[in-house]
Amino acid sequence: MLYQPSIVAVIAFATFVAVTLGLSFYLGAKAKSSQGFFAASGGIPWFVNGVAFAGDYLSAASFLGICGMIAFYGYDGFLYSIGYLTGWVVALFVIAEPLKRLGKFTFADALDSQFNSRGIKLSAAISTLAVSVFYLIPQMVGAGALMRPLLGFSHATGVLVVGGIVIVIVATAGMVSTTYVQFIKGGLLVLFCAVLTVMILNRGLSTNPNLVNEAEKEKNGVPKTLRRGAVAVERLPRPNTTPLPSDGAWKDKPYRRFRTPLGGTEVVRVEGGVATLCQTLTKMSDGKLLVDGLPLGDGPYEKQLAPVGNIETLPGGKTETGPLGPIEYLGVLQKSKIVVWASEKIVESDGAVTTVYYPRVREGKDLLFPGASPTFKGVRGETFVEKLDFLSLMLALFCGTASLPHILIRYYTVKDQAAARKSTVVGIASIGFFYVLTLYLGLGAMTSGNLDVTNSNMSAPLLARTFGEFPFALISAIAFTTVLGTVSGLIMAASGAVAHDLVANFFGVEMTDHQKVRIAKITAVFVGIVAMALGIVFEKMNVTFLVGWAFNVAASANLPALVMLLFWPRTTKQGITAAIFVGMTASLAWILLSAQAFRDVYGLPAEDALVPFSQPGIVTIPLGFLVLVVVSLMTPRTGREPGSASA
Amino acid sequence: MAHFESRPMHDRQQESAATMARNSRSGLVLFAVYLVFYVAFVVLTAFAAEWMRTEVAGVNVAIYAGFALIAGAFLLALVYLWRCRSGDERNAKH
Repeated sequence: MLYQPSIVAVIAFATFVAVTLGLSFYLGAKAKSSQGFFAASGGIPWFVNGVAFAGDYLSAASFLGICGMIAFYGYDGFLYSIGYLTGWVVALFVIAEPLKRLGKFTFADALDSQFNSRGIKLSAAISTLAVSVFYLIPQMVGAGALMRPLLGFSHATGVLVVGGIVIVIVATAGMVSTTYVQFIKGGLLVLFCAVLTVMILNRGLSTNPNLVNEAEKEKNGVPKTLRRGAVAVERLPRPNTTPLPSDGAWKDKPYRRFRTPLGGTEVVRVEGGVATLCQTLTKMSDGKLLVDGLPLGDGPYEKQLAPVGNIETLPGGKTETGPLGPIEYLGVLQKSKIVVWASEKIVESDGAVTTVYYPRVREGKDLLFPGASPTFKGVRGETFVEKLDFLSLMLALFCGTASLPHILIRYYTVKDQAAARKSTVVGIASIGFFYVLTLYLGLGAMTSGNLDVTNSNMSAPLLARTFGEFPFALISAIAFTTVLGTVSGLIMAASGAVAHDLVANFFGVEMTDHQKVRIAKITAVFVGIVAMALGIVFEKMNVTFLVGWAFNVAASANLPALVMLLFWPRTTKQGITAAIFVGMTASLAWILLSAQAFRDVYGLPAEDALVPFSQPGIVTIPLGFLVLVVVSLMTPRTGREPGSASA
Repeated sequence: MAHFESRPMHDRQQESAATMARNSRSGLVLFAVYLVFYVAFVVLTAFAAEWMRTEVAGVNVAIYAGFALIAGAFLLALVYLWRCRSGDERNAKH
């Protein structure tokens, strides 16, 4: 079996949770006032805040998702790393300091500082809530997906455990405990990934993944890697197998099927006169799972999917390289041939769905270049429209970071602009270093022989497993803390939007400081429960899709308002309100009408989509700016304090 | 961790308007510099793929460009810190 919940992992996990909760209760006394709860009294040291930026930002999606994408498709995952990091340049050079100067607790404060407009408060609070909740869904789904293989919990239990712990963290000490949880997690994540990268480079590359640490593998009960098995078509059927007819859904597909003596089904993919052995996972209409036609399990006459991913040939006919330098490692991969596994779904007439996983030999230099994955294949397309999807996503990633509400509130936890500046630089250093490491973790996983064909998100933990039980336990526990750190930041942002922006400022409810903190804590519990429910409901949802969604919505709704407020004196409150509402609804509507949503959410044919490409940013971000300018020019310039536009 | 600046709120230093304006200008200049490189990377990847595939010391230009964008963000951030700090000091002397 690919995943065995290990005792070491459970102990590491329990230690992390105990430390985190202990810290929250210890810090609880510091967060009695609203200033303490929402902004940690502005007393967080800049270095801690900088690492906490990394803890906040490096979500499960960027850690597990990017490593997985690189492991399956190469460079394309690294494009996300680059885009996610460059967004910080916008944050540091353009947004950080004015935001710090204008605001108090939330992003709405800063937007509204010169206007005192209820429209701005309402629209900014709604966009904060919308972005936070959309960003929460993939985090919670990711938490559930992690817990099952790593600790043996069910999806729902995993989501409930994460939700419960986060609610305690946020409700005890608000931004203070959230910051320290993120500091610990950010630091551990970057350090451990650096250690793992050194181990990868030290191991070098080998054409036989089973030789790597064979003793270690056997001791841990890790199954042998399935390597590409191919024979000439003339030699089919293989001994002792009987051909099955290629009828029904299998008609006209490049597959041939054979009955094995044990009663299973062997599927081969025929391409160019060569028959390659595939793995299949069949979900019967009654929900039973079959692997290669045999029931899923570890018993006799049962079967598990085998781990995959190895180098077919190294340059110069070598079988092993020994330790490699960081650039050398990439150079050797570029000249190697690598076996990567792709998949195809076949729906049979009786409702059974078979996913065929088949190996393909790809050139290293092809994988180390953008466009090898379905998401980015348009970049290698012929027409401009095909390339638009890529351009649009790169724009949304660039603009999205500086518009994410849970990142923006972190500017209020330090004492002044200089500290905001310094902590952003620390954040950029740790996040940038981490993203460089993701390339090695992903490529290490690609060639480690221990990939799960069904789940790219597990690539990084499974890679750690090839180094032994302890690295695996540690990375599992860190991945779990990763979820905690980001989820608590998001719940904090949502809670500030409700208690501070909506209840106190928009509805104008008179509250004592103490009451305001209580409302914020109640909101945190409520948002936490909503997040748990969504995490369970959206179990099957594609995680990266939702993250892209959140970035697009954040950039379209918030960025035009922030930038124009800072740099265009003619901006009016009506302009800001309109830009936030239009940017938010336009980007949401676009995503809901896109090919990706048709295929992944509604299960409809992607060709029926109503918009030409899936990533709205390239249209809706400029739209937000346009609406802001037009509405501002149509409305009188009132309520803006003189001299305040000198940002 | 008290040795990193954890002074209470009341003595936090507000920067002068002149310093803020100068910092803001530095920020925009550095932002423009970075933007040129990012746009160049995206456009070359989309429209000049062959050139990005050129190998230098066995590794293609696209990979170096990715590393350079990450390292470049950090370097420009340091330049910004340095420029802002010298701004503070210049003001303090007046």
